[in-house]
Amino acid sequence: MFLINCPFCGEREQSEFKAGGEAHIVRPKQPTELSDDEWAEYLFMRKNIKGIQFERWNHVHGCRKWFNMVRDTSNDQIKAVYKMGEKPPVK
Amino acid sequence: MTNNLRFKTSKFIDETYRVSFKFNNKTYFGFKGDTLASALLANGIHLVGRSFKYHRPRGIMTSGSEEPNAIIQLHDNSSRTEPNVRATEVEIYEGLVASSQNCWPSVNFDIGGINNLLSPILPAGFYYKTFMWPASFWEKYEYFIRKSAGLGKSPKVADPDIYEHKYIHCDVLVIGAGISGIMAAKMAAKNGFKTLLVDEKSYLGGSSIYDNSEFSKINNQITSSWLEKEINEISKIENLEIKTRTSVAAFHGYNFLLARENLTDHLPINQRENKVRQRLLKIRAKKVITATGSIERPLIFDNNDRPGILLSSAIKKYIDLYGVACGENNILFTNNDTAYETAMSLIQRGIKINAIIDNREQIDSKISYEVEKNNIKIYKGYSIVDTYGYRRINKISIMKLSKDGQTVIGDKTKLNCDCLGVSGGWTPAVHLFTQSGGKLKFREEDQVFIPNFYPSDQISIGSCNGDFGLEEIIKNTLSSIKKFLDIDNSEYKTVETISGLNQSKRNIWLLPSDKSIGKTKSFVDYQNDATAKDIKLALREGFRSIEHVKRYTTTGMGTDQGKLGNMHALGIISETAGTKMGEHGTTTFRPPYTPLTFGTIVGRNVGEFFDIFRRTPIHDWHVANNAEFENVGQWKRAWYYPKDNENMHQAVQRESKAARDSAGILDASTLGKIDIQGTDASEFLNRVYTNAWSKLAVGKCRYGLMLNEDGMVYDDGVTTRLGENHYIMTTTTGGAANVLGKLEDYLQTEWPELDVYLSSVTDHYATISVCGPNSKKIVSKVIPNLDLSDEKFPHMSFKNAKIENIKCRVMRISFTGEHSYEINIQANFGKSVWEKCMEAGKDFNITPYGTETMHLLRAEKGFIIVGQDTDATLTPIDLQMDWIVSKKKYDFIGKRSLYRSDTIREDRKQLVGLLTENPDEVLEEGAQIVADIKKSPIEMLGHVTSSYYSPNLKKSIALGVVKGGKNMLGQKLIIPMENKNINVTVADPVFLDKEGEKLNAKL
Ligand SMILES: [Zn+2]
Repeated sequence: MFLINCPFCGEREQSEFKAGGEAHIVRPKQPTELSDDEWAEYLFMRKNIKGIQFERWNHVHGCRKWFNMVRDTSNDQIKAVYKMGEKPPVK
Repeated sequence: MTNNLRFKTSKFIDETYRVSFKFNNKTYFGFKGDTLASALLANGIHLVGRSFKYHRPRGIMTSGSEEPNAIIQLHDNSSRTEPNVRATEVEIYEGLVASSQNCWPSVNFDIGGINNLLSPILPAGFYYKTFMWPASFWEKYEYFIRKSAGLGKSPKVADPDIYEHKYIHCDVLVIGAGISGIMAAKMAAKNGFKTLLVDEKSYLGGSSIYDNSEFSKINNQITSSWLEKEINEISKIENLEIKTRTSVAAFHGYNFLLARENLTDHLPINQRENKVRQRLLKIRAKKVITATGSIERPLIFDNNDRPGILLSSAIKKYIDLYGVACGENNILFTNNDTAYETAMSLIQRGIKINAIIDNREQIDSKISYEVEKNNIKIYKGYSIVDTYGYRRINKISIMKLSKDGQTVIGDKTKLNCDCLGVSGGWTPAVHLFTQSGGKLKFREEDQVFIPNFYPSDQISIGSCNGDFGLEEIIKNTLSSIKKFLDIDNSEYKTVETISGLNQSKRNIWLLPSDKSIGKTKSFVDYQNDATAKDIKLALREGFRSIEHVKRYTTTGMGTDQGKLGNMHALGIISETAGTKMGEHGTTTFRPPYTPLTFGTIVGRNVGEFFDIFRRTPIHDWHVANNAEFENVGQWKRAWYYPKDNENMHQAVQRESKAARDSAGILDASTLGKIDIQGTDASEFLNRVYTNAWSKLAVGKCRYGLMLNEDGMVYDDGVTTRLGENHYIMTTTTGGAANVLGKLEDYLQTEWPELDVYLSSVTDHYATISVCGPNSKKIVSKVIPNLDLSDEKFPHMSFKNAKIENIKCRVMRISFTGEHSYEINIQANFGKSVWEKCMEAGKDFNITPYGTETMHLLRAEKGFIIVGQDTDATLTPIDLQMDWIVSKKKYDFIGKRSLYRSDTIREDRKQLVGLLTENPDEVLEEGAQIVADIKKSPIEMLGHVTSSYYSPNLKKSIALGVVKGGKNMLGQKLIIPMENKNINVTVADPVFLDKEGEKLNAKL
């Protein structure tokens, strides 16, 4: 079980958190102007890579804040956590 | 016979404390300190069970948690019964009752033993192949297999014991209290680390604690004496906690470990009352030191599984620790020096050794010379080719190994014995290390996998790290702990060791035989009866990956996870396939290391705590008034209120008729309630609901439908504008938490610019819904100062009111199609207001109704229930709810998806009403809907989602989803059931009062 360093609360057990899928996918500002394919790209297509992945997490049983995490899916190492709207501190 | 098997020399056995116990209905005696296995062996009993597939007689093979054979049932037919317990781990106590499992009718005569004779037709993959054959074949086998196979019996009554969970946080966790674990714990604790040392055994010191040999010394003291002083010293260190009888079950990422602490299993049953039996420790350690030792390897030769064949180290432990001789005529069979230590232990007590069979041609160690000096015949370069004796070994035959070790040559010699100790060298116990994500590397010299890459702040030391010699163990433990903890080694200045052993080994994974492999039974996995032949067959049939071979042959799939034989399986695969060890992968060891009881896993979460439920503030009233309850999410909701001897159908018919004819009352407190405030609250609602919210006046209510971004219906409910920047949203009972989560997600991540704040207030209010033609009269009695006239308080509006100084919110909204009011009041007043409504409604036959009647009433009106009539594949258009989707709004969640090529298809499943030809016939929810039953295969058009008998309409009504249903009004369809076909007609989903006359009637 991970120890996750919530950017608002500090280190907590993974059981307090909920994973929320890939990070940095921005909801299109003008969905009506997108083609079916473009909209499907936003709606359905997600990366599932072995290695460095950018993810959204929610401290659901804590401060309820969403934040981002950089995680190496090959070994579950958490490289960084950062607030929504911030740029990832690692590549 | 039994007397001369017990040697009164062990300080671990209390001979003044005799313990009686039962095994297979016979009473035996042992001493305090014995395990069930040592006590049985002291009574001359080796045969304790039957093997899983061939039902071959099996004996105690080891002395620890790696035991594959001696798995027994404790306290059969009692509430404390437990299957699959290793006799080698059970400490005996007065009143212990144990029995063999996997044998029927008895361990000495087992009917399944016939499988042994049938073995040519029970090859690798037998079970898979059986399943693939015609089903009739399996049916014939099933009775036989079920009766004679299986691993123990599960208890049939509640467990009387208490279990608990405990969190432990420490700086350093040391797993295993052998020589290196003890040294590591001492170094850590003395240097200020908060340290926890755990060991699965009841004593500390591991195998060195009974190492009394002159051939291994530390600082010129016998190893066991030196270690005893160390143990004595560490027991006094303040910041070191020591837990024995504590087995680490799982080593997860981020140094999170689970361990089971056994507290009462060694006590007589009558001393266990009101004590915690087992504790699950949830350990979070900053640093982990794994010192789990190693497991001796057996040797793989024909008939290597007879009772009386044990690991050589087990024989040593039984004599040195328990004072028990496993046999009177011993033979040792080895490929390394370990067996000579066993030999010395036997020699010291004058126990006869008939011979030592050693695979090696050259043996050059002090200890082997010493054994030879004692006139023990050593067959160098020999191997066992067969063994004899059905219920106990009585003979072996040996032959000379060829130079390359691939064949046996020369004459066959037979030797007598009643006990055979085997040693194939040692396998580091890397199970926990690999569970943590650690990667192994293969060391060619002695053919072992050792830790290579550590995924967290941890280290392996001692023999689990591949250090087998005493000198290596101590030297490497000191240097690596120093480095790992970044400390000065002030605890151990100089440690000198002497060892008479040499680490040479002649490793042959599968020993050759004079017979063809097809005629041999060389067991690799004793518990699951997988032989070398099975593994070779799997390879011939094309399996390559170890994980596939494992599943096909069931090697390593038993409760022991193949602790003994997995290495041999890998070895045989690589030899047969001509590949390098590790190339086919190593098998994955999964938690738990040894089985856990369910009691330990659930801890205190039993009975009413197993699944916590939520009660409404009015719950007690429902209970007192005979309600039956339904689980909705975590909530207990009143389902219906049977009167006299009514069944559910009768109660629901009565309740729903009363609600339409006069008045009904429903506890709606479970509906999710979200308080929404902020200057952008209206804009926010505009974005999350499909309809428009900006123009909703203060004091008005509106029904809203919420979609997922994929356009599918997600939740629904009525939202009320309490003030300019203040709304209260209601959600479905089950969806409340998810809706709040989803709204928070959008607010925080997509629209952080919006000034909106959300709060869950579900538990803050009790919600009482009063409906029916007399609801107005009732509410006016309960809240006399509230003007209920249609002009002042029209449908879909809200008023603040007071019931005797207690503020409440009253909404005039309806989920039944009747004139109705929803009173929301601070939760703790809920019950008294409910009772007031009941009192006020007395003259109007006010009838409490539950969720079943609510469902019926709304179905009459064609109102959907999200999650019952929808299943995340239906858009509002599919539900024929086009009216609620705003055409004007530029965007809302899910809007773009409503005109994707897939969602605009005409032949999507759409919600329709269904009327049965026979009005008394009620459809089954979930039943399939078809048009043509003659077509093959029959095309499934959809299914029934809601179905009831309506007492108000006096006919059966149903909702369902049907492909292209929107354009099928009036069309005949068929619901095929098991024994009949039901004819239905597609109808409008609104069955009752489509014009809303009831709702708008002047009351
Ligand atoms: Zn937090």
